[in-house]
Amino acid sequence: MSTVAWITARGLFGRRRVLLLLPLPLLLVGLAVLCRSYDVNPADWGAPVLVGLGLAVVLPVISLIVGTGVLGSEVDDGTIVHILTKPLPRRDIILAKLGIAIGVSAVTAAVPLFVAGALADSARLGLGLAVAAVVGACAYSAFFLLLSLLTRRPVLLGLVYILVWEGLLGRFVSGTRVLSIEQYVITIADKIAPTAILEAKVSLTVSVVMAVIFVLGCTLAAVDRLRSFSMAGETS
Amino acid sequence: MTTVELENVSRWYGNVVAVNDISMTLEPGVTGLLGPNGAGKTTVLHMMAGFLSPSRGTVTVDGAPTWRNPEIYRRLGLVAEREAVHGFLTAREFVQASARMQKLPDAKAATERALQLVEMTDAADRRIETYSKGMRQRTRVAAALVHDPQVLLLDEPFNGMDPRQRMHMMSLLHDLGDRGHTILFSSHILEEVEQVSGTVQVIVAGRLAASGDYRRIRRLMTNRPHVFAVQSSDDRRLAVALIGEKSVSGVEIDNAGLTVRASDYGSFTRALPRIAIGEGIRLRKLLPSDESLESVFSYLLEA
Repeated sequence: MSTVAWITARGLFGRRRVLLLLPLPLLLVGLAVLCRSYDVNPADWGAPVLVGLGLAVVLPVISLIVGTGVLGSEVDDGTIVHILTKPLPRRDIILAKLGIAIGVSAVTAAVPLFVAGALADSARLGLGLAVAAVVGACAYSAFFLLLSLLTRRPVLLGLVYILVWEGLLGRFVSGTRVLSIEQYVITIADKIAPTAILEAKVSLTVSVVMAVIFVLGCTLAAVDRLRSFSMAGETS
Repeated sequence: MTTVELENVSRWYGNVVAVNDISMTLEPGVTGLLGPNGAGKTTVLHMMAGFLSPSRGTVTVDGAPTWRNPEIYRRLGLVAEREAVHGFLTAREFVQASARMQKLPDAKAATERALQLVEMTDAADRRIETYSKGMRQRTRVAAALVHDPQVLLLDEPFNGMDPRQRMHMMSLLHDLGDRGHTILFSSHILEEVEQVSGTVQVIVAGRLAASGDYRRIRRLMTNRPHVFAVQSSDDRRLAVALIGEKSVSGVEIDNAGLTVRASDYGSFTRALPRIAIGEGIRLRKLLPSDESLESVFSYLLEA
């Protein structure tokens, strides 16, 4: 593990913010266990719990907390200067931070989605959701990491993307789905484990290509942005 | 020998000009960057450290531009003014992380050497969040020094340090300067700079107002008396006693107390307590009322 990744991981798990990662996965698994134990028909609870909560809320919100936490909090408190005053290629810094963000988001979202999917239908659905969640974690993390370099309010803008773009516009304006990571995740999970619970609205090709574009585009933009990182003087 | 060079550098934010056409060369040794708050010192330091692009002109370290050039950090260390330490790490971990990111061959040895330099060895295994401001500051200096950089830039390095730590930091900067390092530190406290550095770069309102040996600039101001506000248990009797003192060039008395003009700062401040004790007068307030850099600069600019 690189020193940057080590500091990032220590920073992430050393802050209280990490506790925010626990409630949503627990809620997802808890609801799935509850429905299963009361023998509720999976056709009734599968879509609202797995898609409505799991893919529309748990995955993006966890990625948002982690993705903006790995760099945004260091930019906020000024500790980023400690890392930037080293002769490290900015690409290495971004990749180390992105790696931690993807790893933590993917594990935190994919495991409960696997469990909930397996309880709703089959281990295959669980696996499909978990794989799609990993892809989604990559795209979301790269996007939110870039946001934390573009704006001083990355969490707010991230929430606007999740709630307004994906949650509201994605439901009513079909054209916005091409730029919706949630739709790529649903499509990928649906292709791995076709069930009535998931309803793909974009093609697999669009999903894969756009997910790659999100990851590469946002990563390259973040590297370039970090190269030009400016520090405003408080007394200037 | 490493030099930092600013050539016709300006920096503006929208319509506000923060730094206006500054040219300076920093040679090995300790240089103080002086100026009142808001003069543009931090902007200049950040441009030198590669954290701001100049709107016009060039900033280079040994000919290499500092902007978008991480390689300069092999030769340059920065201690920024803002608190910037990972509180969840210990000082040893923090400094060693710096050594590793610098890819030093023996990171542990370099860490111990840097911690010793700033006298932080004893507390090095405590988390930084438990430190006082002065200890944090020394930890940051250790991290900036771990790779023994040729150039060290420090923004208000004495903030939060107690007098003993301040003295130690001053002698550390002296030593580094004597060993051929190029050290630049910013401060708005004139006496602080006087003790550390002979050479100063003075910035007022974004412009380079004076440059060179501090003592020479200081000498230019000896025709200006130092003004003190004094309050005591018997202002009138104290005024009579003070006017007999050689270093005092004038005394005014009003309802707020005394306004004393002293031609020699050191002689007056030594004489005042002696006179007060001799007269049995209790001093309630002694405030240098024109010691701020702003006043000094207004003298300079008027001269």
